[in-house]
Formats: sequence, C-alpha cells, structure tokens
Amino acid sequence: MRISVVRSYQPAPPAIKLALPVLSIILGSLMVLLPVIATVPIVPPFGLLMVIAWRLLRADLIAPWAGIPLGLVDDLFSGAPLGTGMAGWTAALLILEAIDQRVLFRDMWQDWAITAGLIAFDLVLGWALAGLVGGVPAPWLLLPQWLCAVLCYPLVMRSAAWLDRQQTPR
Amino acid sequence: MAPPQRARPGFSRRAQYTLFAGYVVAVAGVIAGLLLAITARFDPAGHAAIQSAFADLTAPVAIAGRNVSGGVANAYQGVSAYIDAGSKNRALDAELRGARAKLIETRAIERENYRLRRLARLVEGSREPVATARLIASTGANVHRYATLSAGSRDGVASGQPVRSSEGLVGRVVAAGHITARVLLIIDSGNVVPVKRLSDGLPALATGRGDGALVIRALQAGSNPFKVNDLLMTSGAGGIYPPGVPVAVVRVLTNDAAIAKPLADPARLDLAMVERPFQAPDDLPPVPDAP
Repeated sequence: MRISVVRSYQPAPPAIKLALPVLSIILGSLMVLLPVIATVPIVPPFGLLMVIAWRLLRADLIAPWAGIPLGLVDDLFSGAPLGTGMAGWTAALLILEAIDQRVLFRDMWQDWAITAGLIAFDLVLGWALAGLVGGVPAPWLLLPQWLCAVLCYPLVMRSAAWLDRQQTPR
Repeated sequence: MAPPQRARPGFSRRAQYTLFAGYVVAVAGVIAGLLLAITARFDPAGHAAIQSAFADLTAPVAIAGRNVSGGVANAYQGVSAYIDAGSKNRALDAELRGARAKLIETRAIERENYRLRRLARLVEGSREPVATARLIASTGANVHRYATLSAGSRDGVASGQPVRSSEGLVGRVVAAGHITARVLLIIDSGNVVPVKRLSDGLPALATGRGDGALVIRALQAGSNPFKVNDLLMTSGAGGIYPPGVPVAVVRVLTNDAAIAKPLADPARLDLAMVERPFQAPDDLPPVPDAP
C-alpha cells in the first residue's frame, strides 16, 4: 500500500539487501558460459535483462550508477569491447530514471515494452561499438537475439521477483 | 504493478545533492564506458588480455558444462539416429564425413606435391600441432564469434596461431590466457581467410557473414565463377593459415559471390588442433597455378 506522505530519503540500502540483486545480475552475465558454441548471436543478454528487471521491481535498490560496475563485470565475459556494458547499462538505467519521472503508474505490459526498447537500444549500441574492433554482421542478425531476449523477459522478471520475496517477507 | 518505490528526496538539501551526484556519476560512467570501448580499436590486445584472464577463472565451469552438454547432445543424437534409421545410418554418416574431409586433404596434398615438384625446392615447416584442446564456450550474446579453447599459453598456444579440426579450418587464436585461449572463428564477420577452389586453384577470399555461413568472393572481377558444391581450401596466401586445409563447401550462389557452409561446424566441434602460424615462402619464384 502506498502511503501518501513524502517519505524521508533513504541514503543507501543496507549491503545485505544488495547481495541478492547483485549476485543474480552477475549470474545473468555469466550465462554466456553456457556450453553452446553459438554460430549466430542468439543468447539473450541475461545480465542486462536481470538488471532491468530488478530496476523495474525495486527502484530503491538499483541506483543509475550501478550500471558502471555491473556493466563492467558483464564486459569481462561477454566478449564485447570493455566499456560496452558500462555505457549501455548505465544509459539504460538513466533512461528508466527519466521514464519514472514522467510515468506514475505502470503495468506489466508497459514494463515489457520498456524492456524491449532498452534491450534494442543496448544491442544496437553493442553492435556499433563492436564495429570499432572488426567487421560486424548485418544489423538484421540482431533481431533473433532481441526477440529471444524479449521473450525471456517474463521469466527473468519472475526470477527477480521470487528472489525479492525471499528477502522481504510480507 | 506497484508504482516506483524510489522516495522523493524531499526538502533535504543533502539528499538532493546525493541524488544529483548519483546522476552525475552515472553520466560520467556512460562517457567513460564509451571512451573505454573506443580504446578497443587502438589496443585490442589489451582488452583481450583482460578478458582472457577472466576466461581462465571461469574455465572449470565451462569445461564441466561442456561435458554435461556433450553427454546430453550425444544422447539426443543417439535417440534421433534410432528414430531416423537406426544407429548404422549415423555411423555411416560420420564415416562419410570423415572420408570426405580426408579426400579433400589427399587431393590438396597431391596438388601441393605437384607444385612442389615444379618448384624443385621443398620449403615445408613441421606441421606438428602445438596443442589439441576442446572448445568450451563461445560469446553467444555478442555479435563477434569468439570461442574459448581449453588450452592457453601454458600449452604453448599464442596469438596468431591457426586452429583446425579433423574436418576443416576453425579459426585463429586472437588472445591466449594461461589455461584458455580465445579463438576468432572463421564465421566471424571480421575474419578473412584466403582460399582457393580445390578443383582448379581459383583464388578467393572467404569472409564470415555472422550467421554461420561464409561469403566467398573471387579475386578476379567478372561473372561469378563458383558452382554449388565447389570445395574450398586454404591457399596459404598471406601466411597464418597453412595451405590445404578444407574450409567450406559452396551452397548458394548470389550475384557476385557464393555463400558457403563451413566444413567444421563449430556447434558440433569437440576437439580442435592449434598449429603453428604458416609462413608463406616469399623468396620463391611465382608458379603458374593451373597444371
């Protein structure tokens, strides 16, 4: 239930509450270790999905700057040039912040649409930055991965929500 | 869905500053990330070295996972072979595949012998593999097609060495960690392999298309000289890849190029051999290619 008084500002959530989100997001980044030698980029960016899910779920736990360290961890394993995730994830969180200031209430479909947009943004950014190192494939090859990620969103969201319920008994 | 839970900072000056500082840090992080990514253009080796170190750390996880998935894939193949036409069919298929690769290699060797006889001067380094290892993971979430090999500098693997399997060319090592190495597969869009047609030695370039296929372009302009089912092998031009390794078979023809399927399917690969970089003998006189 929402209380209609301006709450006092909580400077930072206790470290123990951050453990689950941070661990689950890093676990999402580590999904690339799945033993599949992919001939096409098809594996959804689970780390990014997880960070967006947590941010939509618990805005108080994920500050916009959290994308810097978490994105860097993702870069270490994703094979993208270092800094791609740092920039992309933080930008995604800032965009979410901006959306939050304009939209008061959201439903599941809006969340899904926002996620789809952010994933598309980050995939295109990653594609553009990967082009700096070497040749990149045609941009339409990003579509299957994007679709895969969008379809995986409810699953990731449910996992994040389940984890959240474990630490905040109601 | 509950509305956003972020509390407004209220009238506390300190809280407002903290929130604002958070935004400033985040924007600075975006810019720093972009700059860092741009440095990859000038120092890809540095980026690769850092990423290799972390690939080393997670190698045990990937190896264990690969074992499990190998078992699952084998079980799946076994079941599907039974459903299709019994296990004999599968065995014959595997044998045929091996024989085809062998045949290509034999013809390549035959051709090379012919050329070497004409040269009357044998220049051939040793073709002993540096290491034989397994491909344990790949960057499936990224547009570049890297695979992780379970051998590193400890086993003598170094950047620039070609990687092949018994079926054909796989790629080349771009970064070597201590116990793992990163392999740029030939299907990556940034990888160019000089090839030639097996039948007549027509030179061409094979570039990855990013979707598991290769684009083959002939060096000479004009009409498309390729035919479906043309076999391509490395030509050894430019070094790195030793000549005579089977690469791909042409599947589809387009206006000015051919789309080929790599003979070594990375998804099915298990063992791969790392070889020494081939050095093209550049002091030799040019030889007409057609016999």
